[in-house]
Amino acid sequence: MSMLTTYLSWASLVLGGFLCVSGSVGLLRFPDFFTRMHAASVTDTLATGMILVGLMFQAPTWIVFGKLFMILVFVLLTGPTAGHALAKAALHSGLKPLLPGKSGKIETDANPSTGGV
Amino acid sequence: MEFLGLFNYWVVIVLMMIGFYIVICSNNLIKKLIGLTIFQTSVFIMYISMGKIDGGTAPILAEGVTLYSNPLTHVLILTAIVVGIATTALGLAIVVRIKESYGTVEEDDIHAKDKQA
Amino acid sequence: MESFIHVIILSMLVTTAIAIVKVKDLFAVTMLAGIYGLLSASFFVLMDAHDVAFTEAAVGAGISTLLILTTLSMTGRFEKAADTPGSNYKPALALALVTLTGALLIYGTQDMPVFGAADAPVQTHVVPRYLNDSAAEIDIPNVVASVLASYRGYDTFGEVVVIFTAGIGVLALIMSTASKAPVALRASMEEHVVLRIVSKMLIPLILIFGLYVQFHGEYGPGGGFQAGVIFASAFFLYAMLFGLTAARKVVNNTWVQALAALGVLLYGSVGLLAMINGGNFLDYNFLAQDDVHGQHMGILFVELGVGITVASVMIIIFFTFSTRRQRDGDPD
Repeated sequence: MSMLTTYLSWASLVLGGFLCVSGSVGLLRFPDFFTRMHAASVTDTLATGMILVGLMFQAPTWIVFGKLFMILVFVLLTGPTAGHALAKAALHSGLKPLLPGKSGKIETDANPSTGGV
Repeated sequence: MEFLGLFNYWVVIVLMMIGFYIVICSNNLIKKLIGLTIFQTSVFIMYISMGKIDGGTAPILAEGVTLYSNPLTHVLILTAIVVGIATTALGLAIVVRIKESYGTVEEDDIHAKDKQA
Repeated sequence: MESFIHVIILSMLVTTAIAIVKVKDLFAVTMLAGIYGLLSASFFVLMDAHDVAFTEAAVGAGISTLLILTTLSMTGRFEKAADTPGSNYKPALALALVTLTGALLIYGTQDMPVFGAADAPVQTHVVPRYLNDSAAEIDIPNVVASVLASYRGYDTFGEVVVIFTAGIGVLALIMSTASKAPVALRASMEEHVVLRIVSKMLIPLILIFGLYVQFHGEYGPGGGFQAGVIFASAFFLYAMLFGLTAARKVVNNTWVQALAALGVLLYGSVGLLAMINGGNFLDYNFLAQDDVHGQHMGILFVELGVGITVASVMIIIFFTFSTRRQRDGDPD
């Protein structure tokens, strides 16, 4: 049992760490604001969530487990909400996502640097 | 940890000097205040670094722990942070008043207006 | 491994600070300052200063960012280009001065004890007494709380008065006296349904968490200062989402101002009560029959006073700034 929880815990931790790194790479390399924000929200929600789950497997007492669980709920509530609010604010202020044009290629006339905050 | 030696204090001095540079070299009053915050935080970092003991834990008494980091520096900085935000708010209030009566928060323009008057 | 993380966080702090120097967009500078606060909070966790990290995360990354942003919306987002003719912008001179000062300070550090030394003067003077005797004298696990509220209660009283004074100062400087009829202000976030619902779920939790931090401060990281800041942030969230007019109905101006004074008064009265019972000012041993019980009572009430004052002053500051901003024009 304890072997199993250790493996599960480390699997979640490593996955969380990987998502953190991939999210950061996405944040740096994606073309426009919306895709970059997507990368940031993945780091925010999924990566943090996986790390918290990994820690929950290792919790020594139930009270620690409960606290970690509450943090997880908080992160799951706030992360996506923040992402949603950001995207909505960006749309409202006139920023359009890059979409494939008629030729199927991504139109590059939009200046990608305008999305950065 | 031994090889860190005085490294912490040097970083503190670098941060402090960056804050100092912003304060004396920036024209914008809000940026000056942010520079002051950086300066302030570097002092916090110095105090907290001084209080750390190798192998110590947080100063919350627990069974089986004998070595604690210094609680006194923590107390000093804890209160200083909240006092710091209160005084920063006061500074920002003064900036707002300056903006209202001079129409600008750039130091040069304020001096120029003072000379005209 | 720990020293590796340590070096990385310090380097990130320096990088952020340099970016703050370079960037001209004050909005971005404010965000960078928030990142700077969060990084220093993580550094404090690494240094075992959990109480401090807590406070810095709430203040440095939260409230101070919010206040600067509110001010920016009144003063303009961009810094003027520095090298306009006729300005006395002399970066080379400033850089020389800064480098010289820094070099002198680094020379001065040669006499300091190395980082983490257990025999440094800081560690050997009064601290052993706090660590060894507080279990018997005060009997609460968190030594930071006992030093803050009991051993150095006098200092903390001073700090609370400073915070109170700063609150009064902000009120005196920018309180809007002219009660212009509020032009049916639409809350700027009205169309954000998701945001409003989630916040409605979160605000009670934030308030409960604030109370937990307030009253659990004797046993874990926490106490009046942190709790006050967290408690106030729930009201900020409400004001930002539902508009100032709605928030004003929840938080009455007069009441908050009275509460800010009440916190300081509570702190002082605990001290006076000790004097009436025959002790010195803030000597909690005289508050109850036995010493330890008196200490517990004293710390509880003093922390409560701190919490009330900090929360009220933060609310006063934020509301005063936002009201000023509304009066100045744009309701967004």
